[in-house]
Amino acid sequence: MESVIIILAGILVMIATYLFLSRNLIRIILGSALLSHAVHLLLMAMGGLKKGGPPLLGEELKTYTDALPQALILTAIVINFAVTAIFLVLAYRTYQKTGTDNLNALRGFKDE
Amino acid sequence: MLTINLAIFIPFLAAIFIPFINNRFKQTHIGWFILVVPVVLFIALLRFIPTIARGETYINSSQWIPSYGIEFTTYLDGLSMIFGLLITGIGSLVILYSIYYLSTKESLTHFYIYLLLFMGAMLGVIFSDNLMALYVFWELTSISSFLLIAFWYHRKQSRYGAKKSLLITVSGGFAMLASFIMIYAMTGTLSIREIASSIDSISDHALFIPALILLLIGAFTKSAQFPFHIWLPDAMEAPTPVSAYLHSATMVKAGIYLVARFTPIFGGGDLWFWLVSGVGIITLFVGSFFAVKQTDLKALLAYSTVSQLGMIMSMLGFGSAALHAGYSPKSVVYTQAVFAALFHLVNHSTFKGALFMVIGIIDLQMGTRDIRRLGGLISLMPVSFTIAMIGSFSMAGLPPFNGFLSKEMFFTSALNVSNLDIFSLNTWGTLFSVIAWGASVFTFVYCMIIVFKTFFGEYKGRHHENKQFEPPIGMLISPIILGLFVVGIFFFPNLVGKYLIYPALGHIFPSMTLQLDAYSITAWHGFNTELMMTIAIVLVGGFLYLTLHRWRGVYRLFPETRSFDAVYNHSLSGMEKGSAKLTKLYMTGFLRDYLVYIYLFLVAVTGGVFIYTGAFSFDLSQDSPVSSYEWIFVVIILTAGFAILFAKSRLTAILLNGVIGFSIAFFFVLFRAPDLALTQTIIETVTTVLFLLCFYFLPEWKKESSPPSSKITNMLISVAVGLIFIVIGLSVNSGNLFEQVSLFFEDADELAGGNNIVNAILGDFRAFDTMLEVVVLFIGGIGVYSILKLKKWKGEENIEGD
Repeated sequence: MESVIIILAGILVMIATYLFLSRNLIRIILGSALLSHAVHLLLMAMGGLKKGGPPLLGEELKTYTDALPQALILTAIVINFAVTAIFLVLAYRTYQKTGTDNLNALRGFKDE
Repeated sequence: MLTINLAIFIPFLAAIFIPFINNRFKQTHIGWFILVVPVVLFIALLRFIPTIARGETYINSSQWIPSYGIEFTTYLDGLSMIFGLLITGIGSLVILYSIYYLSTKESLTHFYIYLLLFMGAMLGVIFSDNLMALYVFWELTSISSFLLIAFWYHRKQSRYGAKKSLLITVSGGFAMLASFIMIYAMTGTLSIREIASSIDSISDHALFIPALILLLIGAFTKSAQFPFHIWLPDAMEAPTPVSAYLHSATMVKAGIYLVARFTPIFGGGDLWFWLVSGVGIITLFVGSFFAVKQTDLKALLAYSTVSQLGMIMSMLGFGSAALHAGYSPKSVVYTQAVFAALFHLVNHSTFKGALFMVIGIIDLQMGTRDIRRLGGLISLMPVSFTIAMIGSFSMAGLPPFNGFLSKEMFFTSALNVSNLDIFSLNTWGTLFSVIAWGASVFTFVYCMIIVFKTFFGEYKGRHHENKQFEPPIGMLISPIILGLFVVGIFFFPNLVGKYLIYPALGHIFPSMTLQLDAYSITAWHGFNTELMMTIAIVLVGGFLYLTLHRWRGVYRLFPETRSFDAVYNHSLSGMEKGSAKLTKLYMTGFLRDYLVYIYLFLVAVTGGVFIYTGAFSFDLSQDSPVSSYEWIFVVIILTAGFAILFAKSRLTAILLNGVIGFSIAFFFVLFRAPDLALTQTIIETVTTVLFLLCFYFLPEWKKESSPPSSKITNMLISVAVGLIFIVIGLSVNSGNLFEQVSLFFEDADELAGGNNIVNAILGDFRAFDTMLEVVVLFIGGIGVYSILKLKKWKGEENIEGD
């Protein structure tokens, strides 16, 4: 299971990288969303999968899955959300101001 | 008693007070107050002469950075004494001269602050015993010289000259610093005296040769030796007192001092001998040869300074042979070369200082210093003529002036060198005498140019309207005093020899017992080869001078475009252009290019390290089994992911992204992570809404119009990045290094009073993370709000320029 998830995350990284290299602002933001998904999956897989019950003590289980990666991912999800929000608003303002979402056109001073 | 440590700081202290004094006494020329400083120092140094002549030395030490062995130690011995007297003595005369030379309309406070800064730094260079203190003062001389050359900073040529001299001397200073560090690495001490005593143990060290070469680069750049001499003629844009002081008498001799000071450390080997004497003799010839070509009197004097410094340098090189030969009655003749070098050092300072001052007077009175526009001044400026004649004839090596004595001694040492049977000198040594003689012929020619082209011939009065020709007497005092020294040293050379130069020799050749009798100078020493050489110089030089117009064309063989100046200019502009080109090459301004660099670096480094260390390992035995549910979601995510790449509309893309996000939430359910599943679901929903909101304002999704080649590059890069991610992930997953730490958190009930372990970690065990995460969210919210709300930029200038 872990290997499958890691390969899946790797493929997501591949897609995200391809999106990053494009010229369109929205594609890049989508890429960053996909990249964060991949990283969350990797974190999860590294902690070991399905090696016990959910980390809730009331369940009276012998073993629990590793709770630490879950806490880390939870933090990462929230931070990633904040960053994505900023990105999106920035993209909106950029388009409003410059009238384009093509990165090649957003190159600053022309004769520099 | 005044210690040398304090003496060095007197000029610096005085420099601080200059602005206050200037404000207080606006009527008086500020130079009169400054004059006190070098005069007092000169008199204080004079009092040491008798004890120094007996061979005593004075050491004063004070702490500076003791933890690094850097102390501020001063060492007054015979060698530093000569330089100390030159700096303070000629410093006094130059300041006296500058009082009359510079009008009160100039920014005098700046001038004298820089000059005092230079004087203190120069005293620091020659008295410092600690290498690091020496280096600090050395750079301070470069900086103050830079400031003085660019004193008239509104002139383009001044700024050019100042930049050039700074670049060259500071590069040399860096080389010297590297050499000092190597010396420290070899000997473990920074004190020159201790290094000199421990030198026998390091001469086989691997760093010995690099340290030697780097030290000489420092000395050669400062002393304007070939091919670093190019800065000196351009430094002539400085006011004439500065040229007289820095660029003939003191700063350019710092390199000479360095070579003399390090002769007991590095001297004795053939590399030192060949580098010092070889570079010196080449500089001597090149300087004198090109001096003849100059039409500007100051440029001519600059080349003559270069040439004379080369002569002193070559004599120091000849003298180092004595350290190789060891003490014997025979090797005394080589120590005489160093004696001659120091003697000529003193002589050169006197006559070159006088010559610069006279030319400054001519420049000021006639408004030009171009030889082609001068002439017939002998009857108009008799005093200046007399001084110029004394100085020039002394430089040419004619009796009865001190230059004659040092030139004869120079020839003696050059002739002696060819008798030496070490360093394969018996084959090549004769070249030294031949080049020395040839250079002296050119020296004679340009000295005659100074005297005869300026003061004789037709008076070209129409070029100016000045009726009062001879300058005020105050301006003439300094050159007259120097001129008197030029003549005086000729008649009483042994006074200088006994009290100044002989004490210094003992420090250059510490291992030898030297008899004073061997170094007495006689003005008349019979008809020998040296005298014949001088007579031949006068004859050939006179002939060359008279036929100058016939062979001047020879200089066309050395056009400006192929000189070392051109090399300097080209390399400077070439470096500028090259770096601009290089920067333009990779800094394209396109985000994609930078991302490509980052990804290529990532792939190369991580992939390279991975292959290099052979860290691949795949171990599937620890994996938990995969159920059919999970396969379904894997397939869903993969399909959605690839579909994003081919999505025609942005709405499709965003929905596919949502599909991936919700599938991952499902995975979290399968992986027994209820909190994660909850959060992921909510966040994914909100993100999708945000995307959709944003899209409302953004233009339609356009088809990627990049060329297929860059699409292929993108694909290759992304595949490589993904593969590396997978390979590293799998390999890390296969190697279980140690047990997990999470068992500790399973006591959450006891430790934190909570049943939900994840929440206990977030809110109790690792609550600091959570707090800052909240801050991130908060800042994100403020950011979103302000980006949307701030309208101020609407009134701003449109920086895109469209």
